[in-house]
Amino acid sequence: MKRLILWGLGLVLMFLALYLVFLYAPIEKVMGIVQKNFYLMVPMGWLSLLSYFVIFIGSIFYLTKRDRKWDDLAYSAAEVGIIFTSLALMVGSIWARPIWGVWWAWEEPRLTTTLVLWFIYLACLLVRSLTVEEGRGATFAAVVGVIGFIDIPFVILSTSLWRGMHPPLIIFEEGGLDPRMRLTLMLSIVAYTVLYVVILMQRVAIRRDEAEVKKLKGLVSQES
Amino acid sequence: MGQEASQSSAIEVRGLTKSFGDRLALKGVSLTIARGESVVIFGPNGAGKTTLVKVLATILKPTSGRVLINALEVKSSAEAIRRHIGVVTHQTFLYGNLTAYENLDFYARMFDVPRRRERVQEVAALVGMTSRLHDRVSTLSRGMQQRISIARALLHKPGIMLLDEAETGLDPQATGLLWSAMRTGENGEPRTIILTTHNLERGFALCDRLLIMGQGKILYEASRQVLDLTGLIEAYQHCTGVRI
Amino acid sequence: MSFWSKVIAITRKDALSELRTKEIISAVLVFALLVILIFNFAFGARPEAVDLVASGMLWVTFAFAGVLSLNRAFIVEKEDNCLDGLLICPMSREVIYVGKVLASLLFMLIVEAIALPVFALLFNLPVLTAQLIGITVLVTIGFVAVGTLFSALAVNTKAREMVLPILFLPIVIPLIVAAVKASELALAGKSWGELYPWLPIIISFDVIFLVVAYLIFAFIVEE
Ligand SMILES: Nc1ncnc2c1ncn2[C@@H]1O[C@H](COP(=O)(O)OP(=O)(O)OP(=O)(O)O)[C@@H](O)[C@H]1O
Ligand SMILES: [Mg+2]
Repeated sequence: MKRLILWGLGLVLMFLALYLVFLYAPIEKVMGIVQKNFYLMVPMGWLSLLSYFVIFIGSIFYLTKRDRKWDDLAYSAAEVGIIFTSLALMVGSIWARPIWGVWWAWEEPRLTTTLVLWFIYLACLLVRSLTVEEGRGATFAAVVGVIGFIDIPFVILSTSLWRGMHPPLIIFEEGGLDPRMRLTLMLSIVAYTVLYVVILMQRVAIRRDEAEVKKLKGLVSQES
Repeated sequence: MGQEASQSSAIEVRGLTKSFGDRLALKGVSLTIARGESVVIFGPNGAGKTTLVKVLATILKPTSGRVLINALEVKSSAEAIRRHIGVVTHQTFLYGNLTAYENLDFYARMFDVPRRRERVQEVAALVGMTSRLHDRVSTLSRGMQQRISIARALLHKPGIMLLDEAETGLDPQATGLLWSAMRTGENGEPRTIILTTHNLERGFALCDRLLIMGQGKILYEASRQVLDLTGLIEAYQHCTGVRI
Repeated sequence: MSFWSKVIAITRKDALSELRTKEIISAVLVFALLVILIFNFAFGARPEAVDLVASGMLWVTFAFAGVLSLNRAFIVEKEDNCLDGLLICPMSREVIYVGKVLASLLFMLIVEAIALPVFALLFNLPVLTAQLIGITVLVTIGFVAVGTLFSALAVNTKAREMVLPILFLPIVIPLIVAAVKASELALAGKSWGELYPWLPIIISFDVIFLVVAYLIFAFIVEE
């Protein structure tokens, strides 16, 4: 029931965000229509960070409590996180093309940071499937999750200082953002965050069912 | 070891379970072993013998249940417990690149053994390896490595020995010799011993009491007095469904 | 003080074994020298080119040399299941981490102490300055802090040797960025003060990851 309400809320917010993006927010003077991309890019970037925070929470609790549900959360967040991070990279690349004339801009610290994050997500997911003894994979993934999360400030700091830029302390450091644009951006972020939560909850539920099915299969094969 | 411990049993296990991910390797094991008793555990491959020994050795953490060794809880006093136990398995825990002496010296340091040099010589003599003490472990034969491994487990004069297929590689004569070295404690009293083996005959000869494990549970338990070897074989076949 | 005496015993044991076989130091050193040689052909040894890529070359070499040497750190402990032997010693699990960190640090620093002068000689670079040596030591501490943790993890996986770089390299990217930038400045003859802000980044990376890895290590070796 709760999930249904969230689904509904997400749907409404999505449409509202679309309306704001295309009909309400003014067209940027310099960049033109391309700037609309921004309302997708920032939420994606935000979600690739948020997802890491979820992994961190799940990992810490899994290590201390040894309760499977925290591992389910961390695993699902890694899987959903890498999707959003991949999207962030694609959208960022689409953004870079008209603005800088290239598909990939190493000068853009947020793009570079996201790329590094993508690799850390991959490490998190790979270590689990590569572990020999089943059961330890979850622990190892949790360790990588904690280390990866702690690494993020260093990644952000070093990639931005690398090209002589100041670290982006807030996502909205574009000071002179039109208030209408700001509202649109905020709403987009909220809408995509709700979408993220919905997908994450769905993934956790599926993972629980997977475990249940596996257990039942084990019981059945023992019977026969 | 401690005075207070002498009144209680050496090992006490209550409702012990251990799971590796989704697989339950131990499904509620309970067991009490008195001081000075020697208990042998039989069981087919995958029965959970090694897992049980590793939990007692504080290498693995119990998933649930209570494990007391010399009245100390494994969850809270693992470090203290390790001083009371010696562990010998089919893996030697020795570094092939170091000499036997260096290996023993290393473990003596790790166990805070006083007068290291003398003690290393002592245990080497006990297992009959004095002459090859300065050879690299990787150049020793399998049985010789096993002897060094036994010496390693005796360094800190433990009161309890956990032996998991410890006879691996040993010739029959050495097995008898080293058994008495492990069985006899520092003050002449017998050490508490838990051993696992696939050799029913030898295991039977050495034990005061025997257990048969299967699928993570203790299926059968008997004192040696009430059983002879054919009785044991019958019980083993009955419990495990295996014909020997 | 028993903590440190056992840490030293582990480090000493690894050093003794290495002294006898020289397998880590010699292999890693040859690897590092080969990488330097290949870079020379890849970028051409023209002075302008060298100035541009020297610091990057140095850190690519050391990062990959680090992976190679850290990979070995826990493989010896798995050979006759010596790790279980360490787990039955009366001490906290962290002793193992610290002892292994010190041993790997020692091996890495020896390799670097030989590779750096060779580097200086071949490319005619002022490598042997206090700044550059300081940076090298600090960055190596960070490598080893993270690498020892992941090395203990990687020995329990399939394809051990492949797993360590996949885990290790993304995490140390900030450290490599800082190392490259700081070394660039140091090679240009800048003073300590001008190495800001890279030096604080390196030092805080070292401290934070030493502490976190120390705290989390037990989860890796225990089941
Ligand atoms: N590290 C591990 N990870 C996952 N499963 C394990 C692990 N160690 C043991 N098991 C499982 O636990 C069960 C018991 O194994 P254990 O090694 O205790 O058997 P055993 O009685 O010692 O057998 P053997 O006679 O072959 O030595 C087996 O099903 C095994 O697959
Ligand atoms: Mg076994």
